[in-house]
Amino acid sequence: MVERDLVIVGGGPAGMAAAVSAYENGVKDILLLERDQHLGGILNQCIHPGFGIDYFNEILTGPEYADRFIKKTESIPQIDVSLQSFAVHLENDKTLTYIKPGKLEIVRPKTIIMATGCRERTREMIHIPGTRPSGVFPAGLAQKLINIEGLLPGKDAVIVGSGDIGLIMARRFLLEGARVKAVIEIQKETRGLKRNVVQCVEDFGTPLYYGHKVSDIYGKDRVEKIRVVKVDENFADVPGSEFEIECDTVLISVGLIPENELIEMAGVAVDKSTNSPVSEELNKTSIPGLFVCGNSYKVYDIVDSVSRDSVIAGRLAAEYLKGLK
Amino acid sequence: MKNQLTCIECPAGCAISVTIENGKVVKVEGNKCAKGEAYAITEIENPVRILTSTVLTKDMPLKMVPVKTSAPIPKGRMFEAMEEVKRVRVSGPLKVGETIIPDIAGTGVALVATRELTKS
Ligand SMILES: Cc1cc2nc3c(=O)[nH]c(=O)nc-3n(C[C@H](O)[C@H](O)[C@H](O)COP(=O)(O)OP(=O)(O)OC[C@H]3O[C@@H](n4cnc5c(N)ncnc54)[C@H](O)[C@@H]3O)c2cc1C
Repeated sequence: MVERDLVIVGGGPAGMAAAVSAYENGVKDILLLERDQHLGGILNQCIHPGFGIDYFNEILTGPEYADRFIKKTESIPQIDVSLQSFAVHLENDKTLTYIKPGKLEIVRPKTIIMATGCRERTREMIHIPGTRPSGVFPAGLAQKLINIEGLLPGKDAVIVGSGDIGLIMARRFLLEGARVKAVIEIQKETRGLKRNVVQCVEDFGTPLYYGHKVSDIYGKDRVEKIRVVKVDENFADVPGSEFEIECDTVLISVGLIPENELIEMAGVAVDKSTNSPVSEELNKTSIPGLFVCGNSYKVYDIVDSVSRDSVIAGRLAAEYLKGLK
Repeated sequence: MKNQLTCIECPAGCAISVTIENGKVVKVEGNKCAKGEAYAITEIENPVRILTSTVLTKDMPLKMVPVKTSAPIPKGRMFEAMEEVKRVRVSGPLKVGETIIPDIAGTGVALVATRELTKS
C-alpha cells in the first residue's frame, strides 16, 4: 500500500485550487486523482463566457478559466496528477481505492480532500408523469453531448426549469440550428441569472412560461409532445389552462446535488436533504483530516467562489498535516 | 423615451433605465459601474454579443475545441457567424487564444480557441 501525505479526489476547479494551495502551504507530497482524461471538471463543457470576474477580474469562458488552473497545477512537480483514475472506495481510516485502466490501486493518505463536484437532478426527482420515451435529457448531459462529443441530441426542444444550465442550453440549441419551443418554469421568476434570461432566451424570442409546469410527456419511442399547465400560488393546476407543445427533446434543468457517496461510505455524516456533509466549519467533515470542497461541499453558482473556498481546504489540509508531526 | 434593460456584463444583472432621444442614449441610471453605462449605450445603439461555440477537429484526441469571438459581434450576425463556425475544421495543435478564423462573418473580429489542443 502506498502512503501519501495528501490525496485529492477530483481535478475540477475545486481540486486544482486545493492542490495548489496545499502546496503553497507546505505540503510536498500530493496525489490528485481525476477520472476523466483531462483536468478541468465541468468547466470543460461550460464554453460560454461568465467565469472569473471575481477571481481574475476578467470575463473568461469555462475552458479558459480551467486552463489557468491546469497550467498552475501542472507547473508544480510535487502535485502528482493521475488521470483516468476513478476513486471507488473510501474507508473510515482514509484508505482509498481507485481504478486506473487495467489496475486497481490502494493508497493510504494522511489527509484527504474530496472535490468530486455535483450531479444533476433527474426527471425522476421532479415526478413528471407520462411515458418513458427517449429524448429526455438532463440539461448538463445535453451540454456535454454538444460541446464535448459534438452531437446534437434533438431538433425541437423544450426546456424544463429556468436554472442557468437550462437557459444556457436554450441558446446553445438555437445556435446549433435546432428549435427551442419553450422554457417552462414552475416558479414565478427565474432561478438563474437575469443576464442569462436576457442573452439566452429574450435575445432569440424564445417563449418563457413562468408559473407553468410540464404535466405529461407523450411519445412511444421518442418524445412526441408535452402537456403544459399553469399553476397557482400553491402550485396546484389551474383547470382549463392546459396546452400542448410538439417536440422531440425535453431538457431537464432542475438543479444539482453534491456527489458524496464516497464520504458516506467512510462514515461521514451527510445531510440527507442537501447531500452536503454535516459541517461545523467550511470544508470540514465529521472525520478529522477528511475535507470536502467545491460543489461536493455545497452547490455553488459561481466558480470564483469555488476557487476561493477550495484554497481554504488546501490550507486546512496543510495545517492538519503539521498537527500530526 | 425610457427603456428598461438588464445589464449582462456580470452576474449582478443590474436593472438599468435608459433615456433615449432620436435613437441615441442620453441618460443611463441604475448601473453600479462604468461597464453598465457602456453596456446600456451599445445595447440600444448597436447591440453586440460574444459568440461562443465549438469547432470540429480532425485527427486530434479532442473531437471538439471550444471557441469564442475575441470581441463582441453584432447580435444580428450571430447565425451568419455560426455558419462559418460549422464549416471550419482544425487539425493542428492550438493554444488558448490562438486564431482559427481571422475575420468572422465580415465583422472584423477573430474566432479564437478557448481550450488548448494538443496531439497527445
Ligand atoms: C452547466 C453549468 C454552467 C455553469 N455556469 C457557470 C457560470 O456561468 N459562471 C460561473 O462562475 N459558474 C458556473 N457554473 C458553476 C461552476 O462551473 C461550478 O461551480 C464549478 O465547476 C464546480 O467545481 P468543482 O471542482 O467543485 O466540480 P467539477 O467541476 O464538477 O469537478 C469535479 C471533478 O471531480 C471528478 N470526479 C468526481 N468523482 C470522482 C471520483 N470518484 N474519482 C475521480 N474523480 C472524480 C469529476 O470527473 C470532475 O472532473 C456552472 C456549472 C454548470 C454545471
